[in-house]
Parts: sequence; structure tokens; C-alpha cells
Amino acid sequence: MRALDRKLLRDIATLKGQAAAIAMVIASGVMTLIISVTTYDALRLTQQRFYQDMHFAEVFAELKRAPESLVERLRETPGLNLVETRIRAPVRLEVPGFDDPVRGLLLSLPDGRQPALNRFHLREGDLPESGRSDQVVVSDAFAEAHGLRAGDALSVIIDGRLSRVRISGIVLSPEFVYQIAPTDLLPDYRRYAILWMNRRALARAYGMDGAFNSIVASLQAGASEAGVIDGLERALSPYGLVIAHGRDDLHSHRFLSDELQQLRAQAVILPGIFMLVSAFLLNIVMTRIIRTQREQIAVLKAFGYGNGTLAAHFGLLTGLIVLTGWLLGVVLGAWAASGLMTLYAEYFRFPEIRFRLQAWVMLLALGVAGAAALIGTGRAVWQAVAVPPAEAMRPAVPARFRRGWLERKLFGRLLDQPTRIIVRNLARQPLKSGLSVLGIAMSAGLLMMGTYQLDAVDHMIDTQYRLVNRMDVQLSFGNPVPTRVAGELRHLPGVTAVETHRSVPVRLIAGHRRYATAILGLDESPGLRQLLDARQRPQRLPPEGLLLTDYLARDLGLAVGDRVEVEVLEGPRRRVSIPLAGVVDEPIGVSAYMTRTALNRVMREGPAVNGAWLLIDQDQSQALFDSLWALPGVSSIGLISDAERGIREYMGDTVQMFALVFVLLAGSIAFAVVYNTARITFAERARDLATLEVLGHSRLAVSWILIGEIVILTLLAIPLGWAIGAGFCWAINHAFSMDLFRIPLLITPRAFAVAAGGVVVASSIASLMMARRLGRLDKVSVLKAVE
Amino acid sequence: MTEGARARMNAEPGQGGDPVGTSRPGAGSIVFEARGLTKTYRMGEVRIEALRGVDLTLYEGELVVMLGASGSGKSTLLNIMGGLDTATSGTVCYRGQDLTRASQAALTAFRRDHVGFVFQFYNLIASLTARENVEIVTDISPHPMPAERALELVGLADRMDHFPSQMSGGEQQRVAIARAIAKQPAVLLCDEPTGALDSRTGIRVLEALEQINRELRTTVAIITHNAMIGEMADRVVRLRDGLVESVMDNAHRRTASEMSW
Ligand SMILES: Nc1ncnc2c1ncn2[C@@H]1O[C@H](COP(=O)(O)OP(=O)(O)O)[C@@H](O)[C@H]1O
Ligand SMILES: [Mg+2]
Repeated sequence: MRALDRKLLRDIATLKGQAAAIAMVIASGVMTLIISVTTYDALRLTQQRFYQDMHFAEVFAELKRAPESLVERLRETPGLNLVETRIRAPVRLEVPGFDDPVRGLLLSLPDGRQPALNRFHLREGDLPESGRSDQVVVSDAFAEAHGLRAGDALSVIIDGRLSRVRISGIVLSPEFVYQIAPTDLLPDYRRYAILWMNRRALARAYGMDGAFNSIVASLQAGASEAGVIDGLERALSPYGLVIAHGRDDLHSHRFLSDELQQLRAQAVILPGIFMLVSAFLLNIVMTRIIRTQREQIAVLKAFGYGNGTLAAHFGLLTGLIVLTGWLLGVVLGAWAASGLMTLYAEYFRFPEIRFRLQAWVMLLALGVAGAAALIGTGRAVWQAVAVPPAEAMRPAVPARFRRGWLERKLFGRLLDQPTRIIVRNLARQPLKSGLSVLGIAMSAGLLMMGTYQLDAVDHMIDTQYRLVNRMDVQLSFGNPVPTRVAGELRHLPGVTAVETHRSVPVRLIAGHRRYATAILGLDESPGLRQLLDARQRPQRLPPEGLLLTDYLARDLGLAVGDRVEVEVLEGPRRRVSIPLAGVVDEPIGVSAYMTRTALNRVMREGPAVNGAWLLIDQDQSQALFDSLWALPGVSSIGLISDAERGIREYMGDTVQMFALVFVLLAGSIAFAVVYNTARITFAERARDLATLEVLGHSRLAVSWILIGEIVILTLLAIPLGWAIGAGFCWAINHAFSMDLFRIPLLITPRAFAVAAGGVVVASSIASLMMARRLGRLDKVSVLKAVE
Repeated sequence: MTEGARARMNAEPGQGGDPVGTSRPGAGSIVFEARGLTKTYRMGEVRIEALRGVDLTLYEGELVVMLGASGSGKSTLLNIMGGLDTATSGTVCYRGQDLTRASQAALTAFRRDHVGFVFQFYNLIASLTARENVEIVTDISPHPMPAERALELVGLADRMDHFPSQMSGGEQQRVAIARAIAKQPAVLLCDEPTGALDSRTGIRVLEALEQINRELRTTVAIITHNAMIGEMADRVVRLRDGLVESVMDNAHRRTASEMSW
């Protein structure tokens, strides 16, 4: 081994604390990249494979009822490939040992066979036997939530008639990867089930003999989805078409796409920020490490080492550190990503999540880390190479000195005052001090960004469930009922307040943009379901016109006063044009609102409602639920507290889990930065400090010179860190706006506190370590080392 | 430069001497030849004229001591001759090769192949042992002697695996000398090699340099502000305010061990 290589290894061994800290910074950047990209990639790949293997349909339509003979005509729709008809029935279930009401969707499957489209992945058991009417297959999430196995019994209430069935198998379907009830935002596997039974049996129970009310279809290669949908709409409209739509309007697919979109945004922006910070820190640290080697470089050059050899030497030094960081980041990142994938698997039901650490992702991380290193250390290495060899002949210390006015003013006179020494040290090299401050500030900014994400999600849920949704129970009726139902509900046990509403599924059309959602018809000044304005105050509904979630209005490119085309997807298909009267600020979900009376007019109906919100006395909830289920026409009962818990868990498992990982990484970066700064300060000051101690200054005073400098740098970094952190939060906020939820750009005092506290703790630990190091320092040898 | 033109520098312009110098019987061929060398440092507004027109010739195999007060330009001159720095004007030739016009790469090669440096502050690499500090030079030179031999020459055979921090100043400086001679350079340029040492240790270091000069016939230039050291030289060059003040031949070189200060 060449002596120069041995020097490299020994240098790394000497710098091990600092090298480890830098490697940690790089590892953090690599980890964010691996986690984000791998999670995105795994989910996307799993989705693609599952869709493909299961022949996931591309077009869907719901209607009232059409004769089976119509299928021949549907097959002639241009662009259509395969088409399958089926029966879809909302049901209620009774699960032995579970008291709460359970809703479900019962679908038909071809007699004992796999359908051609939307095939099942059988997790357990078998499909119902041909000809059997007492067997069902159930979705795996529901089965898992209740501990149901093949062979277990269930009661299904179809159209008011109870039938007892047995579970023949447990399945997964590409149509219900994300499995939620129509009005919910999040899955509730215990209270909502998807089931399938033989077509003949369901037809008989649901009064659909020789008929169907749902179709799924696939497209020919290159066919236009919109064209096929139009064709189906024309063919089906005489049969009470409700909606024909593509995958984008399918709940499961929409949520999955949203999640993927969010992960993709995250995969770009988070590693971007972390890598930026890494590159910057690498720059600061490597520049200083290399600067401490100036004399050595000069000596090597004096003896004839060429620039290339020296650049390679320091390049290798950086390279080894980067490589270590990269390796660590890949290993930890893969581990964290696989953990996060398990959490995702709870919400997105796939047969298995195809987690794989792709070579290209690792190479990408290496490339990004390498680029960061190059940007970070290129200048430092260049400076090293540019050291004039004559420097070796000069005594080293004076050459490093740059005299500032502050120093000239303070020099000598104030040498005995440690604090002045600190100020002098800092002011003598303002650029270097500034870079240290910026480095610490950036790590504070990362801490703030992570905490912001954690807190903003909580704040968002608080807004939704304290200000927007103020009801305890949400009821929906299968069909519109007269408004007097409110009075009846009011008399049920435990009900303290009632508000009714009308909800109509619609498609909003603005220009060529379309969006399927529902219009909620509310009281003018709803109390249990508030509509907030931009300043989060409840607003009244105007007597005419539509309110839209502001995110949706923006998405559709609508301004207040514009007219929105509304296609009514209930009853006879009609289009009406309604002016946009205002926007609603709500963080979760998107919707449209108008007064109930105006919505009744749009529907050309008398005063009618199809849903109610209740406030209840929790002590009487059991009695209330019993009587609610006894009411005819109630199709679903939802507990808002369950919904809130559900969304908190979901956010906790996904967005917040990511954020927590990033806070931890930011914390370790903060420590790495402060430790490095302290370590370099120590190296630069050790001789001065030893001299002072030898001259008779107390250990405390001398330690203060060292620690005080770190303290001042940290204190200066905090406000700057807040500013940088606010910038990071803004960037994250923009990446995380989607249909499902919008995280507000609201930075909590806690985020500021974590940012400041994180660097303060880091600098305290680093200070203690440096004080101990100072204690162990062999003064004599330090003084002897130069001169 | 022909054999007949072998000359020693003995004058500066103002003194009316022969600029090429008179021949110097018994000396080897010319190794370095500096003519009208100036060096100006610019520090902001201030211009410092470190060298103001130096003429100097060094011959093969001789031991030259350069004396002068601090700031007289000794280090600057040595740095330029060693290819560590470039002159503002004038020329320096090494065996006929013009260093003032050489590229950085050529200067690097020149330093690597021909010159050994000894610095006042040793400038050993702290993370390398004595042997490795020597090897860092032998690794890249064309005809090195084994690192062990170089260390034996300076009397450090038993210190090969010590790190600089485990050695005294004199030992460190001797490692630095071993490092400088291991490549078997044609010239050894030493800038205040004893400056940081006490007299006894300094003498040991000078003995080592003397031995190299005698046994390997290496041209040795030693910078010092200690006039005593001049007694061991073939010639003594005095610098003052960036000019050569005088050049003096020593009829009788004293050995380092005969000296003390
Ligand atoms: N890098 C430099 N920048 C500016 N001035 C320098 C530099 N090196 C030397 N000098 C100045 O040049 C003059 C000669 O310096 P030097 O050759 O080191 O003298 P000596 O070695 O004889 O003490 C001094 O006045 C010194 O201050
Ligand atoms: Mg000098």
C-alpha cells in the first residue's frame, strides 16, 4: 500500500467522529430517497400487476335495471372489448358476536366461476359452488377485521329479507383495493363489507331475474375511454342509468392514485431538500477538514505530488465517506420502506406488496449523493489542490490569519476577556461563521418541516371534526323521505339535535374538466355540518347558487360567478347550469353545497331529504342504534367518532409515519452538523485554548471560549432556521394538496420549538463532548506541535 | 553553459564584479544559476520587494550556507530555486533548464525528480510513521533509496515505526532530512533546518546534512540566520534586503561536530 493511501486510512480513522457525522447526513438524504421512491415504486408496481393479473375493468356503469338481452347491443359499442353484466345490491349484515350495524355491498359472480373482468384473488377457501345460493365470498379486510374464516356463518339482509349464508372463501378484488363505504373517506373494515354470491341466487333475492344493474367493461387497445362511456350512456339511458365512468371515478382507484401522486411528489421534494442540505453541509465540513491539511498538501506538492494525485486523494477521502453514507442509507432506507409498506398494506389490500429494492433506485441515490458530494466538496478539493507549494516553507499559523477591523480594535486589550475572544474569533472570519450558522439553521429547518407535517395533519383533522363535522351520528336513507322525518328522529332515545339534508350524486362539468361528487342540500345556516370561509368562520348558504370546496373550484378552474354545468346522476339524467356563489374552506374531502330547498327545486321534487345528522347522548347510544336500525329506509348509520379515529389512524400510519421518520433523520442531521462545527472549532482553537490554560486561566473560562462560540452560533442559527423551515414547509404544503386532503400551511409553536430545541440539545451534547475533549487535551504536546 | 564558463557568483550589479562570476577550480558543474531575480509580493495596496535582483550560482556537490536577517529574502530565493514559487522577473536555470518559463506540471516533475526540501517546522505528516513519511516521497521518485536506508543515514534506524508525535524535535527534523534525501536528489534545499532546535540537537541535524553532502555528493543549500553555521560551508552567501551582499569562500570547512553556539 502506498504511503499516501495509508495516510488516507489514518485520516479517516482520526476523523471518525466527523466522518461518521457526515456519513449520517448523507445516509439521511439517501434514506429519504430510498424510502420515498421505493414505497412509491412498490405500490405502483403492485397496483399494475394486480390490475393486470385480475383483468381489472376500465369502464363501469350503474343503472336501475336492464334486461340481460341488452348485453348483445352493448357489445356493439365501438371501442368496447369485454363487457360483463352483474347485480349489485346494498345489504346489511349481522356478524355473530358483533353488535354494531354492518353495511355491505353484495355483488354477483358468474355461477361458481371467476368473472372475465375483475377476477378474484382467493386468499382462502373457494368460490361458491355452482348452483348454491347459500354461499358467499367476502373481502379479506372484512374477514380479517372480524376473524372470519371460510366455513363461518353470516346473516345477510337483502331487500329486507334475511338469509343465512356461509363463507366459502375469502378474496381480494382489484375493484376494492381501497375498500370504503360510498359516503366514507376511510375504510371501516368492521362495519363495511364487500361480498359476492352466485348470480342466480342474488337475482332471485334482489328481484333481478333476467336483468342486471351494473356492468364492467374493458376497452380495445387504443380506444377512447370517453367515447366508450358516451356509447354506454346512450345505450343505457332508457334503463335508468345512474353513472357510467372510468377508473378515475372509482373510489378505490381514485384513492390509490391520490396516494401514489402524493408519494411521487414526496419522492421528489423530500430527498431534494435533504440532499440539498447534505451537499451544503458536506461543503462546509469538507472545506474545513481540507483546510486543516493545507500544510500537508503543501509538503506533498513540494515533494512533487501532482494536482491530479492530490485531487484523487481528497476525492477518495470524500468518496469513502459518501459511499459509507450511501450504504447505510440504502440499508436503513430499505428497512424503513419495508416497514412503511406493511402499514400501507393495511389500507390498500393487495395479495402481497411487491417490495423490491431496485438497482436503479440505489444507483439514483448514489448518483444524487455523489452529485451532492461533488457540489459539496468540489470547491474544497479544488482549494486543496490550489494550495501553493511554497506554503510548506512558511510557518503555518500566521498564514491562516486574516485581520479584520474588529480584531484590530479588540486585539490585546481584551485578550483576557473570554467572551471578547469568542466574538473576535467569530468576527475574524465572518464568512465561515456565517456558513456554520447557515448549516445549523438548515438542520433546524428540516426539524421544523418534519414537525410541521406531524402537527399540520393533526390540525387538519381537528378542523374537520371540530369545526366542519360537528354531528355525532350520520344517517342516510336509501330513498328520499319527507322532511318530517326530522321530527320523528328527534323523539328517538338519546337524540338531542337533528339536522336533515339532501344529497345527490352529480357530475360537475367546467369546460372539458369533469368531476364526480355529490351536492349536499343543507339548511341555510347548518349547525352540525358547517361550511367555513377562508378565515375558518362558518358561512351561510346563499339562497341560490352553488358552493364548492375551494380546492375543487380551483381544480375545475372556476371563479365565483362562473356557471357550473351539473349533471344529475340520480333519477332521470339531466343537466342544469348553476352559478358558483362561493367557496368553502375544508381540509378533507371535496364536495358541492347548496340550500336543501334549492336542491329540491333542481331535482324537481317537493321538500325531501335523504340523510340526517344527529347529536346524541352517548349514554343512550345503544338504545338509539337499536331503534335506528328498526326504522324503515335507513341504509347506513355512521359514527363520526369512528370516522375521526379512522382518519387519525390512517394519517398516523402514512403521512405522519413518514414525517416522524424525517424528524428523526433531521434530528440526527442537526446533531451531525453541530458536532462537526464544534469539532472544527475545537481543532482550530485547541492551541489558543491550551495556551490560555497554561497561562493560568481557569478551565471554566477556557471551556467557555470554546462552548460560548458554539452557543452563539446556535443562537444565531435559530431564527434563520425558522425562516428556512417555513420555506421547506411551504414546499411540502404545495406537494401535498389533493382530493382526499389538504394539509394547511399552519406552522405550530411546537414546530418552532422543536426546531430550536433540537439544535439546542444537539449543541449542548456537542459542547459537553468538546469540553471533555478539552479536559483530556495534552496541553504540552499541543503547544509543542507548531513552533 | 560550457565547462570554461564554470563560474561562481561573487558579485551583485552595483559592486562591479563579473556577472557570470569567475571560475571556481575544483568545483563541479553548475546546478543552479539565477540571474537578475526579483520577487514582489502584493498585499492589497502594499508591495513588498522580497528579492530585488539576485544573481547566484550553485555548483554540484558543494555545501552553501545562506545567511541573512529575518525578512532579507532567503526563503523566497530558496523557494524559487526549488520550483515552489515563481519569480516576478529574472531567470533561474537548473542544469540549463529555465525554471522561470516552466509549466506547473514541469515544476512538479522537477521537484519530484531532483529536489529535496527540509523545512524549519519539519512538516512531517502526523498520521504517518517515520518510515511512511519517507515512503511518501520514495513512492513517487524515479530512483529512491530504501526508506530504511535513508533513516539509517540520519541515525534513526531504531525509530522507523514511531509517529512524529512520539519523537523529539531533532528526531523529527532528521526524519525530514531522511525524507528529503531518500529520493537521492541532486540538490537538498534546507530552510532553517535548525531554527526550531536547541544547539546540541541542531548540530546532530547539521551532521546529518554534512554526511549526505559528503557521501552522496548532493548539493546542499542551508538557510540560517546563525552565522556560526557558515563555518561548515564551502561558501557563505549573505543576503540583505533582497540583494546578495557578499559571497565568501571557506578555505577550511569545519565539521558540524566542531561547532557550538
Ligand atoms: N507570501 C508572502 N506574502 C507577502 N509577503 C511575503 C510573503 N512571503 C514573504 N514575504 C515578505 O517578503 C520578505 C522576505 O521574506 P522571506 O523570504 O521569508 O525572508 P527570510 O526567509 O529571509 O526571513 C519579507 O518582508 C516577508 O514579509
Ligand atoms: Mg525564512
